[in-house]
Amino acid sequence: MLAYYLELALRSLKRSPGLTALMVLAIGFGVAASMTTWSVFRAVSGDPIPWKSSQLFVPQIDAWGPKGHRGGDDNEPQDAMNYTDAMALMRDHRAKRQSAMYQISPSVVPAQAGKHPLNVGGHAVYSEFFPMLDAPFLYGSGWDAQDDAQRAAVVVISSKLNEKLFGAVNSVGKTVNIEGKDYRVVGVLDNWNPQPRFYDVVNTGGFSEQVEDVFIPFERAIAVGIPNDGNTNCSETPKESGFVGLQQSSCIWIAYMAELEDAAAVTAYRQYLDGYARAQQTAGRFTWAPNNKLRDLPAFLDHEQVVPSDTKVSLLVALGLLLVCLVNTVGLLLAKFLRRSGEIGVRRALGAPRKAIYLQFLTEAGVVGLTGGVLGLLLTGVGVASVGMVLPKSISDLARLDLSLLVVTLVVAVLATLLAGLYPTFRASRVQPAWQLKSN
Amino acid sequence: MTMHPILAALRKHKAGVVLIALQIALTLAIVCNAVFIIGQRIERVNRPTGLDESNLFLVSQQWVGAPSGDDAASVEKLDSLQLTDLAALRALPGVASVAPINSLPLLNSSWNGAVDHKPGDTNEGSFHGTRTTYYFSDDQALSTLGLRLVAGRNFTAADVGHQGFRDNSEPSVVILTRALADKLFPKGDALGKVIYVNGSTKPTTIIGMVERMQVPGTGTWTNSFVWNATLVPTRMDANFSRYAIRAKPGQLDAVMRAVTPALYKANPMRVLDDDSVRSFAQIRDKAYQADRGMAILMGVVALILLCVTAAGIVGLTSFWVGQRHRQIGVRRALGARKIDILHYFQIENLLIAGTGVVIGVLLALSLNMWLMSHYEMTRIPVLYVLTGVLAMLAIGQAAVFVPARRASNVPPVVATRAV
Repeated sequence: MLAYYLELALRSLKRSPGLTALMVLAIGFGVAASMTTWSVFRAVSGDPIPWKSSQLFVPQIDAWGPKGHRGGDDNEPQDAMNYTDAMALMRDHRAKRQSAMYQISPSVVPAQAGKHPLNVGGHAVYSEFFPMLDAPFLYGSGWDAQDDAQRAAVVVISSKLNEKLFGAVNSVGKTVNIEGKDYRVVGVLDNWNPQPRFYDVVNTGGFSEQVEDVFIPFERAIAVGIPNDGNTNCSETPKESGFVGLQQSSCIWIAYMAELEDAAAVTAYRQYLDGYARAQQTAGRFTWAPNNKLRDLPAFLDHEQVVPSDTKVSLLVALGLLLVCLVNTVGLLLAKFLRRSGEIGVRRALGAPRKAIYLQFLTEAGVVGLTGGVLGLLLTGVGVASVGMVLPKSISDLARLDLSLLVVTLVVAVLATLLAGLYPTFRASRVQPAWQLKSN
Repeated sequence: MTMHPILAALRKHKAGVVLIALQIALTLAIVCNAVFIIGQRIERVNRPTGLDESNLFLVSQQWVGAPSGDDAASVEKLDSLQLTDLAALRALPGVASVAPINSLPLLNSSWNGAVDHKPGDTNEGSFHGTRTTYYFSDDQALSTLGLRLVAGRNFTAADVGHQGFRDNSEPSVVILTRALADKLFPKGDALGKVIYVNGSTKPTTIIGMVERMQVPGTGTWTNSFVWNATLVPTRMDANFSRYAIRAKPGQLDAVMRAVTPALYKANPMRVLDDDSVRSFAQIRDKAYQADRGMAILMGVVALILLCVTAAGIVGLTSFWVGQRHRQIGVRRALGARKIDILHYFQIENLLIAGTGVVIGVLLALSLNMWLMSHYEMTRIPVLYVLTGVLAMLAIGQAAVFVPARRASNVPPVVATRAV
C-alpha cells in the first residue's frame, strides 16, 4: 500500500510543480540554516574532555576582598590566581593531581644555521598536568615530580614543532633552544589541540588559533624568568617592578586545575580551601572571610561564557527561520490537500478509512520532507564550508560536516515536515464524502 | 467596497488566514531584530579610529635571549636594542615616520588603567577615577599615526623617556583624547591641568589633546571607555617591541617588504614571522571579522525569511484564487470590474498582513527584550520596527499582485460553466 501512496504522492507533487518546489526550497533553506549554525554551536559548546570533565575542578580564591569586586553585590572570587596562593596550593598538594599553569610565548632557535628564530606558544605547568588531562603522547612522556622540584630543563613539544625542528622523527632526548637555553625533549604530544583551551580559559579566551608548542616545568620557567604572556589583572599597582614584582603582588595571572575523583574528595577540597583562606585571614593577609569557589570544568566553562553569544544568537535566529519555513509549509500543504477534497471524498465514499487518508497524505508530506532534507544536506554542506568566510578562524575551523550532522539534518527535515503535515492531513481526513460528492 | 464580504470570506479559511498572519508576524519579529543586529555591527565597524589609516602599518617583533628588563641595566640594554631598530627603520627609503608603540587601536592587546584628579591613596588599594587605555610612544606618535592635535602641543624629544615594561608608569606629561579630557574636566579647560595616573602620587600635566583615538580592545567590555586614550611619551622596554610605521604615499607595499630584511640586518637574533608585519587595513579586517560575519549571517537569514514568506503568500493566494474561480466569475458577470477583483485580493491581503504585523511588532519587541536580558543587546529603535512594518506590508502587496491579477483576468463566462 505504501508503494501506491508513494506513487500517488509523486503524481500529486508533479501536478503542481511550483508549489512543490516552494515547499522543498523552504524546508531545504530552513533546515540548512539551522544545521549550519548548529554545527558551529555544537563545535564551540562541546565538552572538550567528556570522559573526565566532571572530575576536573577550578579552585577560585578571593585574594582581593570586597573592595576588589567590580560592581557592588557581585561577590564572585577572581577566576585566576596570584603567585602566592597558587604556590601554597601546589605545596599543600591536596588533590589527586593538580597543576598551576601560566601562558608563555618564548622564542625557539632552530639548530640549523641560517634559520631564523621562531616564536612559539605554550604553558609552564607541573608534571601532573599531563596525566590529569590525559594528554596523548606520540613519543616519550611528561616529566616527573622530581624534575618539577629540581627545576629541570626539560620540555614537552607538540608534534607540529617536532616536525618543524626535527622532521617528524622521535626527538626524545634531543635538545631545543628556548630563550637561549637548552631544554631536553622528554615527550612529543600527539596532535593535541583541545578546543576550547579548557585548562586555561582565562588567558586564551577559550578558543585559540595558536597551537600550544611547548610545555616546560612551572618552577623552571619562574626561575629563568620566562614572563607570562596572558592576561594580568591587578586590583592595585604592584609595589615592586618587573616579573619578580608581579610574583609578589596580588595580581592574578595563573590558571589552576585540580583532579578530584569523587564527591568526598570535592567536599574535602572545599574544606581545605576554606581552611586555607581562614588561615590567611588569621595571618592578616586577607581581611575578609573565606570566599572561595570550586566549580567543575563544565560549570567553569559556562561561568566564563566560553561559547560566544553571537553563536547562540545565530542559532536562535536560524531556528526562528526554520519555524517560519514550517508555518509556511503547513499553509501550503493545507492548500494542496484541501484542493483535493473531491478525490478524498471519492476515496472515503468507496470505503477508505480515515487511517488510509492519514497514511496517504503523511506519505506525501514525508516525500516533501525527504526531498527538502536532501536539498538541506547540500545547502548545509555549502554552509559549513563557507562559515570560514564569515566567522573567525579559531571558531570556523571547528565546525565540521560529519555523519551525525548529515543524519540529524535528514531526520530534522523529515520529522519537521511530517509535523507540519499533521494539521493539513487532519483537515483532509475530516472531509465529508457526502458533501463533496453532492457539490460536484 | 465594503469590508463585509471580505471578512465573511476570510472566516471560511480560518486556518490559512491564521497561518499567513502567523508567518508574517514571525518574519517581522525575526527580520526586525536581525536587521537591527546588522545595523549595530555596521555602525561599530564604520566608526573611525581617529588614525589616518592609509599608508600605516605595524611591525611586532621579539628579541631572542634578550635580558628580562627587571633591573636597570637590562632595561638600558633593551632600550638600546629598540633605538637601533628605530634608527634602522627611519633610515629606510619610503618611510615617512616611525614611532615605537605598545599597541594600536583595534589590535586587541591593551594596557588599561584609570586617571583621576586626586593623587592615589596607598591605604585604599584599588584604582578609582576614569578608565583609560595607555599608548606608550615617543614624539613621533602623532605624525606617524596621523592623529589630529586639537589643543596644546605635541611631545618634544625632551619629553620622551623610557622604562621597563613592567615598571609603574609615572609620566610628567601626557596627551589625552578630547573625550577623556572632557570627561575629567567637563568645563573643557583640561589643558595644563594636573592628573594622577593609576593611583600614583606623582602629578602628570596634560599638555595636549587629540581629537579622537580608539582603544585597542574591540570587545563589548571596552564600550564604557572606547574613546578614552592617554598618550604617554615613554618607550616601553621589553623583550618584544612594536613599531608603527607610516610609508610615503604609494610606497606601503614596498616598505612593508623592506622592513623584515632591514630588521634582520640590524640584529638577526629576533623573531619575525608571517604575522609580524601587518598593514592597518589587515588589523582592521581581523578585528571586525566576527562583526562582519554576524552581519552577513543575519543578512542571509533575513533574506531567506522574506523570500519564503513572500513565496508563501503567493502560494496560498494562488490556491484561494483557484478555489474561488467560479465565485469570481459570478461577480464579474454581475458587473464587477477587473480592478474590483484585483482590489478585493489586495485588501484581503492588507487585512491579513495588518493583523500579522500587529502581532509581529509585539513579538519583535519581546524578542528584543529577551535578547537584551540574555545577551549584549540594546533596545531596538522604533524606526527599525516601523520600517519593518512598512516593508512587510509592501512585500505582502507585491506578493499578492500576481495571483490577484490572474484572478482579475477570470472571464465572466466562467459563471455560466459547470466546474
